[in-house]
Amino acid sequence: MCGIVGLYLKKPELEGQLGKLFEPMLEAMTDRGPDSAGFAIYGDEVADGWVKLTLQAVEADYGWKHLMGALEGRLGCSLDWFQNASAAVLKVNCEEERVRAALADLAPDVRIMSAGQSIEILKGMGLPKEISERFGLANMKGSHIIGHTRMATESAVTMEGSHPFSTGADLCLVHNGSLSNHNNVRRELKHDGMTFETENDTEVAAGYLTWRLQQGDSLKEALDHSLEDLDGFFTFAIGTRNGFAVIRDPIACKPAILAETDDYVAMASEYQALASLPGIDKAKVWEPEPATMYIWERA
Amino acid sequence: MKTIDLSSASVRELNQALHGNVQDREWVVTHPDGKHNLAVGVNDAVSIDIQGHAGYYCAGMNQKASITVHGNVGVGVAENMMSGSVRVKGSASQAAGATAHGGLLVIEGDAGARCGISMKGVDIVVGGSIGHMSCFMAQAGRLVVCGDAGDALGDSLYETRIYVKGTVKSLGSDCIEKEMRSEHLEELKELLNRAGFIEDPASFKRYGSARQLYNFKVDNASAY
Repeated sequence: MCGIVGLYLKKPELEGQLGKLFEPMLEAMTDRGPDSAGFAIYGDEVADGWVKLTLQAVEADYGWKHLMGALEGRLGCSLDWFQNASAAVLKVNCEEERVRAALADLAPDVRIMSAGQSIEILKGMGLPKEISERFGLANMKGSHIIGHTRMATESAVTMEGSHPFSTGADLCLVHNGSLSNHNNVRRELKHDGMTFETENDTEVAAGYLTWRLQQGDSLKEALDHSLEDLDGFFTFAIGTRNGFAVIRDPIACKPAILAETDDYVAMASEYQALASLPGIDKAKVWEPEPATMYIWERA
Repeated sequence: MKTIDLSSASVRELNQALHGNVQDREWVVTHPDGKHNLAVGVNDAVSIDIQGHAGYYCAGMNQKASITVHGNVGVGVAENMMSGSVRVKGSASQAAGATAHGGLLVIEGDAGARCGISMKGVDIVVGGSIGHMSCFMAQAGRLVVCGDAGDALGDSLYETRIYVKGTVKSLGSDCIEKEMRSEHLEELKELLNRAGFIEDPASFKRYGSARQLYNFKVDNASAY
């Protein structure tokens, strides 16, 4: 199982409502994924030269203030941060690699969920409603968002195993389905220097896309290659800095439905997740073709 | 006429009302909002109008009822239908009419992958196009497609007859194009009439089983 939802707003004036519009979409997919949930929201961009990271700690009362003080001292760069439940969003005027190295040293237990100029990935175990309330989804602003509700089949139910997975700067992946060759692909990618934190099949798909992009593929080329190299069932939604993409495997066992109006493009595993959107009764609604990439991006 | 509003009533309440001792002959279902299992297992000759999009398995196992969906449907519309009729004014997702034994399923828009998979006697008429692997292992009944068909049409087909007006991306194993004789033109005309589509039967092609996979061939034993 698992449920996928995505919402891309065409009009900047609607950005204040992104979380409010998206929350019922995520919660409508509870039946498909009651064990964990998460989302990647895009907005609140940092300036050039800055990087934004979403961090997750195991303990809810983690000492973020202490860590941020130590980090600022280590990096000697200006930084800004705020806590959101078990997560913290960190903005630093510094190269990403230096921040990662400093964090690995100062707080090896803290996990980096995402990095980029726009993306924030927030996820965890629990019902979708609990996750959206935990992180205050309804009040969030942004240009676009993709989310996932998980019913685990391939690996353990953990925060790390929940979606979205980061696949590079401002990129992330959510997945409905299961990959049958993930062990082989993981082994090959490890050979090429990629690292993995879980036994999760989607992490392998995310790692595969990251690796392809590092090899110089465009997003479209990377996804075309994934159709050849990843064996199994999947509907993928990929968040990018400027939009999102949807692709289904050639067999197309896993569902997906798309809807478009003048105001938004929305995708979901099932129509009932779209039913709460304004103007949906007049929207163009269709099922994406197998092995075909659909992409929406701001110019 | 009886109206059930699914913004307040549950799907179970709808289906229970449609079973047992049904007095009303005409039913209207409002605010379906993509919910699953709407109007399943109906056993009476009632008319049901679903006013909006439906989710999975809508009108599944239908007997005798005439069910119209004024919108799209999800996976498995009219799966295992026995008799009666189901009309989808929009498009259908995968496995429309799967394993259905009888009745008429009309889809005015497109149908997704595996339309009519393992169908066992139902008639399916699609106004638009159908996806890949349609009529896989289909045993009996007729499938009419006014648009195009996707890959592997009629793979491992038994005795279902398939009529396609547009292009067929590829035929599955043991499915071949067959001669359109007068009796086929007649049955196609009758099916198009019943579905309410104005099309020239002569513009369709017929596909059926080459019947080469019916019996086990001992020469293939090493493949198992």
